[in-house]
Amino acid sequence: MARSFKETLNSGKFVVTAEVAPPKGTNLKKTVEHIDLLKERVDALNVTDNQSSVMRFPSLGTTVLIKECGGEPILQMTCRDRNRMALQSDLLFAYTRGIRNVLCLTGDHITVGDHKEARAVFDLDSVQLLHLVRTMESGKDFSGNDLDGGVEFCAGAVVTPEADPIEPQLIKFDKKVQAGAGFFQTQAVYDMDNFKRFMEYAHQVDRNIKILAGMVLLASAGAARYMNEQVPGVFVPQDLIDELRSAPKGTALRKGIEITGRLIRQIKEEAICDGVHIMAIGREEVVPDIMVAAGL
Amino acid sequence: MIIAERKPLEDIKQMIAQYKKILLVGCGTCVTVCWAGGEKEVGILASQLRLAFRRDGGELETLEATVERQCEKEMVEELKDKIQQVEAVLSLGCGAGVQTIADRFEETPVYPALNTKFVGMPEREGLWIENCGACGDCFLDRTGGICPIVRCAKGLLNGPCGGTNKGKCEVDPEKDCAWTLIYRRLEKQGRLDLMRKYYPPRNFQAVVRPGKIEAQRV
Repeated sequence: MARSFKETLNSGKFVVTAEVAPPKGTNLKKTVEHIDLLKERVDALNVTDNQSSVMRFPSLGTTVLIKECGGEPILQMTCRDRNRMALQSDLLFAYTRGIRNVLCLTGDHITVGDHKEARAVFDLDSVQLLHLVRTMESGKDFSGNDLDGGVEFCAGAVVTPEADPIEPQLIKFDKKVQAGAGFFQTQAVYDMDNFKRFMEYAHQVDRNIKILAGMVLLASAGAARYMNEQVPGVFVPQDLIDELRSAPKGTALRKGIEITGRLIRQIKEEAICDGVHIMAIGREEVVPDIMVAAGL
Repeated sequence: MIIAERKPLEDIKQMIAQYKKILLVGCGTCVTVCWAGGEKEVGILASQLRLAFRRDGGELETLEATVERQCEKEMVEELKDKIQQVEAVLSLGCGAGVQTIADRFEETPVYPALNTKFVGMPEREGLWIENCGACGDCFLDRTGGICPIVRCAKGLLNGPCGGTNKGKCEVDPEKDCAWTLIYRRLEKQGRLDLMRKYYPPRNFQAVVRPGKIEAQRV
């Protein structure tokens, strides 16, 4: 991949990123297959960091792997498992391995994952992590000491356009922009009218802020209902659930691909935001199909 | 005040299984108020233990005492005579109480009957909630008197996380999202500018553990 993610973001092109989930263990075969399948098709590959608080192969290690495979990685960093010292060390290492993009998140709570008795760290929050990245870029560590050899990152953050109530979320979004977030990846969005309203606000905060709409593939009507009931800040409209339910037996996944493709096409055609971030959650092999359905 | 909860009877029984005669010591302050370690609870636990020992074919002799504040050296002094008559002490005080007795009577093993949980307040009769994390660097002036350090599951200082859900917390749907509460309170007071400010990470040197304060007399 010749172009850096930062250059892509600034090129005006409709940006497409996809998510890669590291394995539970050392068997990287499937991860490498996904990387090879997607690295030329998307603008960057985003790696989850002990996603849903489930212990896995590290985000950092997987971004190094993407780099070795010739892809453009985005390193997800949560504040759940590392204090400010460990986060900085990992960023120093990442930089030396050519990783230039970091997505700063607070992280899910320990208690939703598979090591419920572990100590949750949260020494920093996502806004503070963005400040940490910007501080390191100034040549100092987070305690004000000089760094021998600095870093430079394209730092991003996340936002939940369907959060209820939305006002506290918007205040935090604003703080992330002030803290230097260069791009945003949203929680899954399905209702384009709601999303357009969110985008109006986002553009009031910063006309030029780059936003990638989160696209989570719905593989069945049950999955869609689960998202509504169990995932905070996600709203799947009833007509999409009905559409999935009406799909003939064995074709719900194909319907889900079609729906995701259609939403992406609408976002692109109406220029609602700057691009999309596709989360296929365990079905990374269908990302190319989603892109075809979207006309990308 | 300090909120504590009694350990399961079975755990307590196993801790003291080797003894024939023990002293149970309650505390008349916080743990009396939260129904965990006052005079009444001492009496109940003593009879439960005697019964449990008997059921297993054993025998346990218990002495009982409740001091006004178990965390004060001078106040545990009154236990001296009773402690001389027993093999071990079972404290129904908070962790500070257990250690005060253990430090004063070094030759006698002291066991905790309670788990000390948090600094909290009663919400209604029989329900106590944690509302102060004893962080040593009070933040309440910026949050409308609602502590995000302890009432937000992640202790966030700059607003809610993505797990907030219709005013509730992702960790426990029964729990209010502290940042939604803070937002509503500050909005009511016309002070939302406080929420828009950036707050740097906490200073964990505010209390170097173990904490120590030497007050200046005025």
